[in-house]
Amino acid sequence: MSEVIVVTSGKGGVGKTTTTANVGTGLAAMGKKVILIDTDIGLRNLDVVMGLENRIVYNLVDVVEGNCRIKQAIIRDKRYPTLFLLPSAQTRDKSAVNPAQMVKMISHLKDQFDYILLDCPAGIEQGFQNAIAGADRALVVTTPEVSAIRDADRIIGLLEANEIHKIDLVINRIRSDMIRRGDMMSSEDVVDILSLPLIGMVPDDENVVIATNQGEPLVGTSTLAGKAYQNICQRVTGKEVPFLDLEKGISFWARVSGIFHKG
Amino acid sequence: MFKNLLRRKSSREIAKDRLKILLISDRVNCSPEMMEMIKNDIAKVISKYMKIDTKSMEIQITKTGNKGRSLKNPTLYANIPILDLMNHDIP
Repeated sequence: MSEVIVVTSGKGGVGKTTTTANVGTGLAAMGKKVILIDTDIGLRNLDVVMGLENRIVYNLVDVVEGNCRIKQAIIRDKRYPTLFLLPSAQTRDKSAVNPAQMVKMISHLKDQFDYILLDCPAGIEQGFQNAIAGADRALVVTTPEVSAIRDADRIIGLLEANEIHKIDLVINRIRSDMIRRGDMMSSEDVVDILSLPLIGMVPDDENVVIATNQGEPLVGTSTLAGKAYQNICQRVTGKEVPFLDLEKGISFWARVSGIFHKG
Repeated sequence: MFKNLLRRKSSREIAKDRLKILLISDRVNCSPEMMEMIKNDIAKVISKYMKIDTKSMEIQITKTGNKGRSLKNPTLYANIPILDLMNHDIP
């Protein structure tokens, strides 16, 4: 039985695409059959984050319009035998697809994949409606900032209004140094405000930028963010994994590097 | 504790407080115009019986103790200063 997960946030630039790429890759690395669908028509990005931009022939709009068979549009990731990408169209706009078409397309994919991950565009317009139309559950990505949390709250309300009740929270770009100074809301603060179950805490890690530069998802690497994404994947499959203590983790390394500096 | 008393509120606390208020009005989905109309109507009704300070009265929709994000038990709070309990205009 497959699960259709939409990754959404409301606000742009909080890490939806990075989360989709890493969670999808991590699930595939666990042996699950996964397809990532970029639903941001006109502003596609999941292909570049995955490093698959040179292999696109057909796209989501071609599938919906019947210009090709769905199999022709799906790109297989050579690094993981069970990971696939359905890219979005770059030269069309959001009105090229409607929610009913999305539901129909997803229903065709359901029996072929364990997980279908939908990378949602920013905003609450048609692109959002398209992305959530066929979803069973949602990952809401936010950062510990007032604007991102406000938008996340609005998105959660809209998801609930659309009968999506399994919603989990990913808090991205956590900076433990700022939290310790009292200059950033902690994950407890964010969970308290949004009242959603927490599925992931991802630190603000420069390795995310490096990984994106290279088109290589960092899930599974020894970086802190890579570990955080790995844990999210485990929790998505229903396993209970303790949260990385980001504060302690960093202060520990700070202590270690402090020792080296002294020596 | 003493640290908090000595220094100004941290930006984390400011953000949290601002969000809590902001999200209540976002979730209630009640326009400021409608709130103003409710306020005026309440003032009109109460004024039948007593003299109130309509200029400094306040109304607000808040979430009561229930946990969770649904606004299933919202409460309308009205803060209405009474100037005179007896309205001498009543015949």
